[in-house]
Amino acid sequence: MTRRELIVLGVVLVAAVALPFVVSNYRTFQFTLVLVYAIALLGLNMLTGYNGQISLGHGAFYAIGAYCTAVLMDKFGVPYWATLPVAGAVCLLVGFLFGLPALRLEGLYLALATFALGVSLPQLLKYHHFEKWTGGVQGIVIPKPEAPFGLPLKPDQWLYLFTLAVALAMFALAWNLLRGRVGRAMVAIRDNPVAAEAMGVNNSIYKSLTFGVSAMYTGVAGGLSAIAVQFVAPDSFDIFLSIKFLIGIVIGGLASISGAIFGALFIQFIPNVADEISKAAPWAIFGLFLIGFVYLMPMGISGALRMAVARLTRKRQNS
Amino acid sequence: MKFRLIPVAAAVAAALAFPAAHAQKKYDPGASDTEIKIGNTNPYSGPASAYGTIGKTIAAYFKMVNEQGGINNRKVNFISYDDGYSPPKTVEMARKLVEQDQVLFVFQTLGTPCNTAIHKYMNMSKVPQLHVATGATKWNDPKNFPWTMGWQPNYQTEGQIYARHILETKPNAKIGILYQNDDYGKDYVKGLKDGLGAKAATMIVKEVSYEVTDPTVDSQIVQLQSSGADVFFNVTTPKFAAQAIRKAFDIGWKPVQYLNNVSASKATVLIPAGLEKSVGVITTAYLKDMNDKEWVNDPAIKKWEAFMKKYYPDGSLIDPSNIYGYTVASTLHQVLKQAGDNLTRENVMKQAATMKGFYIDTMLPGVTINTAGDDFAPIESVQLQKFNGNDWERFGKVMGK
Repeated sequence: MTRRELIVLGVVLVAAVALPFVVSNYRTFQFTLVLVYAIALLGLNMLTGYNGQISLGHGAFYAIGAYCTAVLMDKFGVPYWATLPVAGAVCLLVGFLFGLPALRLEGLYLALATFALGVSLPQLLKYHHFEKWTGGVQGIVIPKPEAPFGLPLKPDQWLYLFTLAVALAMFALAWNLLRGRVGRAMVAIRDNPVAAEAMGVNNSIYKSLTFGVSAMYTGVAGGLSAIAVQFVAPDSFDIFLSIKFLIGIVIGGLASISGAIFGALFIQFIPNVADEISKAAPWAIFGLFLIGFVYLMPMGISGALRMAVARLTRKRQNS
Repeated sequence: MKFRLIPVAAAVAAALAFPAAHAQKKYDPGASDTEIKIGNTNPYSGPASAYGTIGKTIAAYFKMVNEQGGINNRKVNFISYDDGYSPPKTVEMARKLVEQDQVLFVFQTLGTPCNTAIHKYMNMSKVPQLHVATGATKWNDPKNFPWTMGWQPNYQTEGQIYARHILETKPNAKIGILYQNDDYGKDYVKGLKDGLGAKAATMIVKEVSYEVTDPTVDSQIVQLQSSGADVFFNVTTPKFAAQAIRKAFDIGWKPVQYLNNVSASKATVLIPAGLEKSVGVITTAYLKDMNDKEWVNDPAIKKWEAFMKKYYPDGSLIDPSNIYGYTVASTLHQVLKQAGDNLTRENVMKQAATMKGFYIDTMLPGVTINTAGDDFAPIESVQLQKFNGNDWERFGKVMGK
């Protein structure tokens, strides 16, 4: 990282930490959701952006993570923070196992297989043999965590800071993973699987591991979302959630870590803006935004920013 | 939270000191001399967006009220957000309404899962969650959730009414039940059993359930037939209701059929099932249906039509949801009229819980709204109706409370 990048990162971090102390509780809650989405998008971006596998079913992993957290808290009295590693581990395993057979499927066929996962999971959650744990259609209501050690924070502020800490850890992990050997192998598989194989990359292991890690990120995000929303139900995880994630990574910027944050801001706030503009056709307005962004920023928001910075730097060097 | 309790406590004290609504003006957030702010969430997008028309009808209703001078000289500011029938979005929007828009209360939030998601939050923040748009029975629980109230007849009440009719007309019936395996299905079955009382154990000869994921309910119908049941209690959503009615007819099973109100639609259930196969099916109603010959020229329906044409011209004139929205908005209109100048959250709840025999002319004659401190179920009466092959024909008295 250059010095300038470090400064930008520092400023963003300070702003992120200060945020809950300057905005209302409700806004804090919204930004908590942004962080949650950002983690999920980062996971999907590893799979789709870096590794070139399209998933239309990441909402399913989000749901599995959310249910892990909710069931552990509700039925087994596990503290909220301890549920996240479990949610992540379960999703890692499920994602890896799902990734193994899915490897044989390329491009659109994989997209369809994951789509099947995404549409079927909400119905499986209603299955009456699981009802003892999942609460069936009624879902599970979980309590809101209070700030620990008597810290003078409101629950919303604490939850935001907790989510921020988890998000930072997850982003740091992803950054380490993606800029090194593993990241290069992933990108190589995306760009040319035959060449990657020839270079000694074990395609199948890398692809299913990527699937697993990607699912783990999304699962942790799902767990955090359950804690933030305090409620899980099958209706919370319909197929549109998976599509929203895909929209998020494309708008934010494929194969870009910061893109996850921009994408999260988009999927959190643009639907609300669309609803304010028109109650008759909120999805039409949302579609207009989508088309607008795709046309104006074909590389996603992070790509557009990168290009803007590059242009500015060049101008400064020329003059 | 602590700060909010002070005005509430003050309001309670004041209400005790000055009985009746003629006390001085009292306001909680969302109310003032000029305005009453009301929040709402509705599915304007997503899988349940067909219900979004209810929110639009309510908005149109209050536009009309405002044009006519408002309620006690205050304009109603009805703020409605899209939640796409997604519980997490409902939480976000409810928090926006309460914390940012500072509404006096939320009204007619739609959907059982969506309302469950905000149930605790509304009660912890002590903001009324009034007249929710779902038939689950849990909204009538004033002891544990004193800030939440339902509106439409709930599933258990309806089940009890079928039980009463069975006991009156066929006391030795052998009842077979088909129900959807979830809260909604179980609520109905519980109501029926409660209504049958001690006789439930002997009268119910077979109970079978299905999952929403099942492709058909054919095998369940065959099971019910072979149990020897001569009364069929059909607790299913529209697609399965149509399958069940058709299958029963096709295999020559001819029980007395009770169909839950959820699937009482001629267009989506009886026509797909086959009109001739649906003859004799019994269900309930509590609102006037504009598609019913009897009400086509009814003054209340005419008034409603004029309202629709003026304030909600895009709205459908054959969708019963628009009568529903109009009627529930009229109920709230009355609650706020009663509240007078005492527009605290406490008093809104109190007024909503002290309605006695209130009638709105779009409801069936004899159906009234009744509530009390321990009864948060406003409409508990319905009338039975039987399908004659072409139309629903109402019969008997209005039943229930």
